[in-house]
Amino acid sequence: MSTVTYLEAIRDGLHEEMERDESVFLIGEDVATYGGAFGVTTGLKDSFGEERILDTPISEVGFTGAAIGAAMMGMRPVVEFQFLDFIACAFNIITNYAATTRYRTGNGVPMVMRGPMGGGVRGGPFHSQNPESFFFNTPGLKIVAPATAYDAKGLLKSSIRDNDPVIFLEHKYLYRRMKDDLPSGEILVPIGEGLVRKKGGDLSIITFGSMVHRSLEAADALEKEGIHAEVIDLRSLLPFDEALILESIKKTGKALIVHEATLTGGVGAEFAARISEKAFEYLDGPVTRVASLDTPVPYSPPLEDMFMPSTQIITNAARKLAHY
Amino acid sequence: MAKASTSKKAPQKRSTTKKSQARPSDTLTAEQKLELFRWTLMTRKLEERLTNLYRQNKVVGGLYRSLGQEGETVAAAYALHKDDLVGPLIRNLGALLVRGYPARDIAMQYMARGGGPTQGKDLNVHFGDVHTHGVVPPISMLGDVVPVMVGIALAARMKGEKRVALTYIGDGGTSTGAFYEGMNLAAVWKLPVIVIAENNGYAYSTPTNRQMAVDSMVKKADGLGIFGITIDGNDILAVYDAVHEARERGLRDEGPSLIEVMTYRRKGHAEHDMQKYVPKGEIESWEKNDPIDRYIAELVKTGVATKEQLEAITQEVTTEIESEMEIALASPPPNPSITLESVYFDPPLAEDHLAPYRETS
Ligand SMILES: Cc1ncc(C[n+]2csc(CCOP(=O)(O)OP(=O)(O)O)c2C)c(N)n1
Repeated sequence: MSTVTYLEAIRDGLHEEMERDESVFLIGEDVATYGGAFGVTTGLKDSFGEERILDTPISEVGFTGAAIGAAMMGMRPVVEFQFLDFIACAFNIITNYAATTRYRTGNGVPMVMRGPMGGGVRGGPFHSQNPESFFFNTPGLKIVAPATAYDAKGLLKSSIRDNDPVIFLEHKYLYRRMKDDLPSGEILVPIGEGLVRKKGGDLSIITFGSMVHRSLEAADALEKEGIHAEVIDLRSLLPFDEALILESIKKTGKALIVHEATLTGGVGAEFAARISEKAFEYLDGPVTRVASLDTPVPYSPPLEDMFMPSTQIITNAARKLAHY
Repeated sequence: MAKASTSKKAPQKRSTTKKSQARPSDTLTAEQKLELFRWTLMTRKLEERLTNLYRQNKVVGGLYRSLGQEGETVAAAYALHKDDLVGPLIRNLGALLVRGYPARDIAMQYMARGGGPTQGKDLNVHFGDVHTHGVVPPISMLGDVVPVMVGIALAARMKGEKRVALTYIGDGGTSTGAFYEGMNLAAVWKLPVIVIAENNGYAYSTPTNRQMAVDSMVKKADGLGIFGITIDGNDILAVYDAVHEARERGLRDEGPSLIEVMTYRRKGHAEHDMQKYVPKGEIESWEKNDPIDRYIAELVKTGVATKEQLEAITQEVTTEIESEMEIALASPPPNPSITLESVYFDPPLAEDHLAPYRETS
C-alpha cells in the first residue's frame, strides 16, 4: 500500500505499462525534459530515454497523426495533449482517421489520447473545457473519465492495453486533490464498467469525473434530510455501463444526471434517452440533468462558480426530484 | 492582386537530371524497365475499364482518373523496396498495383462489392494493409496521410528497421495544415519520409497559382528545412531516379524529401467534371507529353524492347484486366449483416440497435 495522488497514479500507470510493453511510447509537447505542463510525465525520460518519451513541435494534427501511423505499425502510442482543449485541433484526424480505420480495413489503431481537462481552476475559455461530447458521437472511439486515483491508474493501464483508440480524460482539478491508498501490484479497471459509489433507494445520481465528488457531497447532505441518493460513477463514457444505470433506476425510479460539460448536447442527453427508452415504466419523476450553463467557460471566479454545477445546485436538484 | 494566369503549357525540357551523370535507373534491367511499363499501362487500362463500368452505372460512387500522371505514381512506388511503406491517394491507383493488389480489388471497391478489401465499407482506393502489402489506407481528408506516414517512419525507426515511408499529395493538398505539421515533424526528427508533390495544374477547379503563392514547391521544402527538387513528372525514369535518391538520403538519416513532379491532370477532378475551367488547347498540349508515349519511345530508342514486344505486353495487360473484371463483376454486394462488425476489436456495442431491423425483416 502507498498513498498516491491522481496525478501520480497516472504517472505510475504509464511507467508500469512502458516497462511491461516495449511498444508503448509517449508523444506530446514538453513531456520529456520538462515532464509535461502539470508534471504527469516527470522522470519518465530518465527511465525510458528520449527514444520513448518524445517532445514534439506544436502540432496536434502532426503528432496525433504520427501516433496513428505508429499504431498501425504495431506500436502503442500514448499522446499527451498539454490541455485537452487542444484536442479540438486534432479533431479531424481523430474522428476520421483513428476512429474509422478498423472498420474500414480490419486493422485497428491502438492508442491513448490523454491530457488535463475540466474547470474549477480558473483556466478560462481555452484551458477548462470538457470535450467528451465532441467525440461521443464517433463510433470507433472509446472514452474514459476516472474520478479517483485508483481508477486513473487502472483505467489508464486498460486503455493502453486496449486495441482501439481511447480518449482518456484526466480532470486537472483532481490531479493533486484526489489521493488513494493503492495496493502494490496490478490494477486494471475494465473499460465500460461503472461503479456504485454510494448506495441509496430514493434516487439515482448518474455522474462521472469531477462531479462524482460533488454528487457524493450532495448525497451526504441529503442523508441528513432522510433522502438516500445512490451515486453511480460511470468511469467510462464510451461504452458506458447502461446495465448499471438501468438497474439503479429500476430500484429508485428517479434519475438525476450530472456532468461538468455544458448542458445542450452533452453526454447526459444520451443517458436520459436510454433511461426513457428502456426504463420508462419504472420512472416516478422526470429524468433530470444538472450540467454547466450553455456558455464558453468563463474565467473570473464568480462567473465560473455560476457556470459550473456546485454541490448546492446538485443537492437542490436531487431534493426536488426526491420529493417529486 | 496577381492575375490568375491559367495557361499551363507542357514543358519542353524532358528531365532535370543531367544526362552525363550516372543515374540510378541505369542499373535497372530490361525486365524491370518493362515491369515499369506494364504497371503504368495497367493503371491506364484499368482506369479506362473502370470508366466503362462507371458509364454502365456499375460504380456506386464517383470515378477518379489519373490520366496523364500514371507514370509518376508507378515510378515512385516502383523505386521503393519491398519493406518500404506507401500511402497512395485517389490519383495513385497505380501504386496499389505495384504493391501487388490485383485489379479486381480496386474494381470491387469501386463497385461496392462484398469481395473487396473493405467489404463495401469504404470506397475506391481507400484500402491497404501495412502488414501484408506495406500500404497505408488513406482517408479523404487531404493532408492527413502525411503525418500518418511520419508515424509509420517513426515506428520503423523505433523498431530499428530501415524502411522509408512515401506518400503522394496534390498541389492543393499541400495547402493544408496537416501537410505542414506532418512535414515539419518529419524534418525535425529527420525521418525518412518522401512526399511526391504532384503539380498537376489543378485542385478540382482551382489552378495551382490560386492554391499557393510560391512558384515552385521546392520553396515549401526550403521553408521546412528539407530537401526539395522539381522534376519532370512525365519522365518515368526521372521520377524513379529522384525517389531512389530520396530513399537513400532518408536511410542515411538526412530526413524527408519533397519531390515536386510536374505533370498534368488530363481528366476532370472526377468523371462528372466537364473541365469547363480549362483553357482551350491546354489538354491537347499535354497529350503530346504523355508519360506512356514518351516511355514507349524511350524503351524503343534505347533498345530495351521493340514496338512489337510492347504491343504484346499491351495485349497481355488487356486480357488480364478482362479476366480480373469478370471476377470483380461476379462478386455479390456485401451482406448487410456485416454492417455492425469491426467498429471495435471487441464485439459490437450496439447489438440491441439491431432489434427493430430484425423485427421488420
Ligand atoms: C481537407 C479536404 N478538403 C476538401 C476535400 C475535397 N477535395 C477532394 S480532392 C480535392 C482537390 C484536390 O486537389 P489536389 O490536392 O491538387 O489533388 P489532385 O486532385 O489534383 O490530384 C478536393 C478539394 C478533401 N478531400 N479534403
